[in-house]
Amino acid sequence: MKTTEPALAEGTALEARPSARGNVVVQAVKGRPSALVGLVIVAFFVFVAVFGSVLAPYSATQQTGPVYAPPSTEHWLGTDDSGVDVLSELMVGGRTSMIVGFAAAFVAMIVGGGIGLIAGYAGGKTDGALMRVTDYFLVIPDLVLMIVIVTVFGPSRLLVILVIGLLLWTATARIVRSQVKSIRERVYVRRARSLGASHRRIVFQHVLPQVAPLLIATTVLAIAYAIFDESALAFLGVGVPGVSWGNMLEHAFERTAMTQGAWWAFVPPGLAIGLAVIGCYLMGQAIEDALNPRLRVAHLSIKSWRFRGGSAAPVAPEGSAQEPRP
Amino acid sequence: MSLLEAHDLNVWFDLPHEGTLHAVQGVSFGVDAGERLGLVGESGCGKTTALLALMGLLPPNAQVSGRVTVNGEDILAGGEDAMRSHRWTDVAMVFQGAMNALNPVKTVGSQIVEPMRFHDTADGDAAQRQAGELLELVGLPASAAKRFPHEFSGGMRQRAAIAMALACSPKVLLADEPTTALDVMVQAQILDLLESLTRDLGLALILVTHDLPLVTQVCERAVVMYAGRIAEFGSVDTLFHDPRHPYTRLLFEATPDLSGLEEVVSIPGSPPRLDRPTVGCPFAPRCDRVFEPCAAHLPALVSVAERHRAACHLNDEAYARPPRPTETPA
Amino acid sequence: MSEAAVVPTGTDEGAFLLDVRDLVVHYPVRRDLTSALRREPHQRISAVDGVSFSLRHGEMLALIGESGCGKTSTAQAILRMIDVTAGTIEVAGRDITHLTSQQLRPIRRTMQMVYQDPYESLDPRFRVRRAVEEPLLIHGMAGSSDQREAKIVEALERVELSPADLYIDRYPHELSGGQRQRVAIAASLVLEPRLLLADEPVSMLDVSVRAGILSLLDRIRRESDMGIVMITHDVSTAAHFADRIAVMYLGRIVEEGPARQVVNDPQHPYTKALMSVVPKRDPRDRTEPQILHGETPNPIDVPRGCRFHPRCPVAEERCKETDPQLHVPTGAANDAHRAACLLV
Repeated sequence: MKTTEPALAEGTALEARPSARGNVVVQAVKGRPSALVGLVIVAFFVFVAVFGSVLAPYSATQQTGPVYAPPSTEHWLGTDDSGVDVLSELMVGGRTSMIVGFAAAFVAMIVGGGIGLIAGYAGGKTDGALMRVTDYFLVIPDLVLMIVIVTVFGPSRLLVILVIGLLLWTATARIVRSQVKSIRERVYVRRARSLGASHRRIVFQHVLPQVAPLLIATTVLAIAYAIFDESALAFLGVGVPGVSWGNMLEHAFERTAMTQGAWWAFVPPGLAIGLAVIGCYLMGQAIEDALNPRLRVAHLSIKSWRFRGGSAAPVAPEGSAQEPRP
Repeated sequence: MSLLEAHDLNVWFDLPHEGTLHAVQGVSFGVDAGERLGLVGESGCGKTTALLALMGLLPPNAQVSGRVTVNGEDILAGGEDAMRSHRWTDVAMVFQGAMNALNPVKTVGSQIVEPMRFHDTADGDAAQRQAGELLELVGLPASAAKRFPHEFSGGMRQRAAIAMALACSPKVLLADEPTTALDVMVQAQILDLLESLTRDLGLALILVTHDLPLVTQVCERAVVMYAGRIAEFGSVDTLFHDPRHPYTRLLFEATPDLSGLEEVVSIPGSPPRLDRPTVGCPFAPRCDRVFEPCAAHLPALVSVAERHRAACHLNDEAYARPPRPTETPA
Repeated sequence: MSEAAVVPTGTDEGAFLLDVRDLVVHYPVRRDLTSALRREPHQRISAVDGVSFSLRHGEMLALIGESGCGKTSTAQAILRMIDVTAGTIEVAGRDITHLTSQQLRPIRRTMQMVYQDPYESLDPRFRVRRAVEEPLLIHGMAGSSDQREAKIVEALERVELSPADLYIDRYPHELSGGQRQRVAIAASLVLEPRLLLADEPVSMLDVSVRAGILSLLDRIRRESDMGIVMITHDVSTAAHFADRIAVMYLGRIVEEGPARQVVNDPQHPYTKALMSVVPKRDPRDRTEPQILHGETPNPIDVPRGCRFHPRCPVAEERCKETDPQLHVPTGAANDAHRAACLLV
């Protein structure tokens, strides 16, 4: 009996229903405990940033207690060098770090993503020129730049955001560029070209959706960097004016909190910075991990294959259904 | 007793989430010195896994059972540690895409010498000299030892990979799709080389491929695998002229031939999943001569003639056979 | 069947669907600094070095040859994916050799390509529906979404993915290799092309699945009078399915003719050697293989005279000097069979 191949028959890979693809990012985060931890941390900080000033027990700028008072039932984290409640400062200051962190990462995403996309897709001279520009930005030291700008323009939150963002985009640009380059060479993109698809269609329908998850992962990691950067700049006295974790550290350092033993003046902000960074990092790393194809390193494992003594039972005894193998 | 024998070889892979994949199910075969045996089947049939099991080159999530003997000595039972001493010295392998697996930053010669050093079969100048001889044996100049892989074409790199496999004078050579990525003419050269190696060195060769005509031209006997099991096992002549398993016959019918005389037909459907137990014959859903016993009973591999075995109920006289397709009245 | 005004229907027996004349595709090789300083001449890769052939409506031509012979570059040149260095390409009487991207757009509808890798030729994020729909959207043949859906279903049924709604919402990763290739073919067919270029359409599929795909292509071309140029290194496949075979070596066609004649009665020494080493199914069907030495030389360094002479088992002195052209050999059965060898 000769038949042409009916495309569907028993035992094919098709499941009963088409699979719901869902958001790759969401799927990546599910089933990875570290991502969940990161998400919780970040969500917590965002919550505090939004509602901090409402929830803070005291003012974050006015003196409400004695100078360097240790933690007590009235001031859970004590007071700083000006008698301001540390906990309140922490909550309000978190807003600055979060806003600067997210905004700067966003700037980096837009600029870096855009440049990476254009460079990777266009190739040739455009690519070369854009990469040279990227290289220049790469070597600018952000602290020096910040100091110069503050000296010239005076301190402001917007400037800090811009400076951090404009120095962070380079990493994003490179990552996006190499991803775009490789997508561009995929057969289905070449196919679309041969069909006569316009560049616009290819970029928006084929390239961007593939790049988006990686861009998200990179941006989340950039938030971590941005928060840290902001704190560093503040610590050096050229950060965002007002209440912020970095400024708290700077005050504590200047006003000799350590020698006075007032650990509550610098440990909380330090921990907060660390936690926020870790939270973003865990999330970003989990997304990135999920997007990278699993490396085949089985041959490097210390474990090896196992030998099962004795011979195996036949797969299906006559006439009976087989129990699942252990 | 054959030079290399596999008895009731089974390989399971632990799957990442749950369950196991039974990739090789009770496979037994043997090969003699100077003999060329083909292991044929399509993707997922277990032929490469079976080959890797012969040398214990399985990932950590694998479990193996059965016996693999070289000159009677069981090399599998001791696990990875015992197998190491037999690798390359008794059984060596040329991998799929070996031409791309050569280390690009080391010279060809140093890569041939490496297994010699590791297995203490030769050292220093003697090793270098042997490397040169091996290169000449595979049709490359001895001076190639000082060159790097990227300086060679695909075919020449495959020859270098064969020279590497021969470094410690193994008795058995395993070749996994050695010519898949190569041009027809280069393929002919490499196969010719493998043939002369088995003749001149008395090597036993087990050749894994999905390319049936290649096996009928190069090998004397062949094992046809399907869904992790042996479907049929015999000389290539009988497999083509007197197949006793429908899969063997249909596989030939699906392969275009240069003569172009017969119609080429696909086999409908696809192989069963090996992470679930099968009931009955694994080929039954796709078989054109399926009949009553097939769905419930797994056919055993039985002798149908001298040195010819097949796993199909059609060969079992106990069952009333359905008429052949050509005998069916119109 | 709708037809674009640009491409006339191929009912005229004499009209060629595709006419390639003296096609040349050279890729320049960038000089490194030392070569530039030494003012060495620019090298170039002569990927295609003077190829001429034609294809009728409804005909299948197989371009066979080993790596470096230029078959893929030829296909890409025909599709105008790469620039043509010299020569002309005519599709249904229209010279497309130097048309701009804009001018090419309507013509691209009539020429489609099927790629080798079924695992890569579909965007993993597109469901089957969208993959097959995309060509319609690109070329503005959209109509209403119902009309599009009807066309998509029709295309899927044509490639035997039936019933279509079992497949239309699937993602590529849910399909087997053979099914994916059928989807790719459906996406090509939805524009109703006149010419199809198939680049190794089955080489990455399992043997048991190949025949189905090839038979499908065969059936479709007969039904719609579509011309197919199939590029393959698998001589047996070409022998089975193609009407005509053109054997390429180092950028030239060295032999060309009806498939059965080229396979059973090869005239050119390269073709003879090639046919002798192709493995056959029947172990008793042994021919003495004529294994050539060495490998195809690099297209950067094309030998003088006949480009095959360094490896030719019967080369003579004059073969080193003269570059043979395609002509009808004395031993050929009819005029359709030509070879480029001085000795036949």
